Amino acid sequence: MKTNAFAYVRADTVPDALRLYAEAGEDARYLAGGQSLMAALNFRLDEPSTLIDITRVAALRGIVADADAIRIGALTRHADVADSAVITAELPLIHAAIGHVAHPAIRNRGTFGGSVALADPAAEMPACVLALGGVMEIAGQDGTRHVPADAFFLGTYETALAPGELLTGVTIQRPAPGSRWGFAELARRAGDYAMAGLCLMIAPDRRDARVVFFSISDRPVRARAAEAAIIAGASVIEVAAVATDGIEVYGDLNAGIATKRHYASVLLRRELARLDQQEAAA
Amino acid sequence: MTGTITISLHLNGEAVTATLPARMSLVDFLRETMGLTGAHVGCAHGVCGACTVRVDGAAVRGCLMLAAQADGATVDTIEGLTDTGAIADLQDAFHRHNAVQCGYCSPGMLITAADLLDRATLPDRAEIRDHISGNYCRCTGYQAIVDAISEVATARTKGAA
Repeated sequence: MKTNAFAYVRADTVPDALRLYAEAGEDARYLAGGQSLMAALNFRLDEPSTLIDITRVAALRGIVADADAIRIGALTRHADVADSAVITAELPLIHAAIGHVAHPAIRNRGTFGGSVALADPAAEMPACVLALGGVMEIAGQDGTRHVPADAFFLGTYETALAPGELLTGVTIQRPAPGSRWGFAELARRAGDYAMAGLCLMIAPDRRDARVVFFSISDRPVRARAAEAAIIAGASVIEVAAVATDGIEVYGDLNAGIATKRHYASVLLRRELARLDQQEAAA
Repeated sequence: MTGTITISLHLNGEAVTATLPARMSLVDFLRETMGLTGAHVGCAHGVCGACTVRVDGAAVRGCLMLAAQADGATVDTIEGLTDTGAIADLQDAFHRHNAVQCGYCSPGMLITAADLLDRATLPDRAEIRDHISGNYCRCTGYQAIVDAISEVATARTKGAA
């Protein structure tokens, strides 16, 4: 199928984009990498009046690191995140996950911020941002505001972004030295949507833990019971046993609820066991 | 009128200017306006890879990009890459290994394979399969395609050594 007819305008700056949205009204959509939006338009799942192309807003692109944190500009392409030496060294969780985001040709246009703002429950980047405790930088008519990941993802394709607001970047604190991380997903085919996925961050001496599952619920979800068990020093088997406790799990075409619960538990057990082995070998 | 847009791009080495509907996808522009029918429209939502073309040197989905967004870009299609001979070895290997049957996936498959081979290091079969996982072939079962890409990767590495 083909998209509906729409007006197409380009923004050169963030204020420009916000102004164009204000002029066009709520049926307008921001167009970034377009790797999900264009598919939705081709299927007429969405019929916007206006597309505001923000891909030329240079200020939104790039990765900057300072002493405390790494900021990923919203328009940074997945391919550039994958090739970033800063991400590889400082945020290896994201580096490990990015190769699972669709396929090379999609990663060449799809953007980090686009994936986070879309909040597909099966997507890797929102889960990484939640596991790393990222903070969203959001531009709107009233200025810039910041929303932590824990308060950002609200449901299927639903976020704290108000109509017309633009995600401009995500800031992630450098994990404490000695932090351990894990990433795993089960998919039917490389690059396909996961049947279940896991992002894991464990602070030194188990002082803190963030266990995030994706593709099992309506959004990336923290496994609070598993986190508490890790911090309490529980064994791998004990943690895996409570993997999805308290999480509302949804089935989809790839796997039913019981299967997803099982997969989530298996992923967590495998990654924790791998980390234990790594630690024992060190 | 914002419903149409005029774009200028470098298409297969030639400067092109065209006025087209803003909603037109890049692959529709290439096929219907420019008559370059090598890139195909399979699924129209980025899954099958039949529409894969090169934009500014990177393999992208022609169905998930507006032609309007190619304004100022360098676009290469299978026709252009064939004319320059840039992937002649790959095309020859696809032919010899019978990695082409109906041909629907071939232009996208070749551009995706070329993208992998441009990354210089010698990919193993698992890496090749991973890289072409976004390009569906419903005829060959992929074995011959992986054979062809693997052979060219080895030959190019030896040639460069």
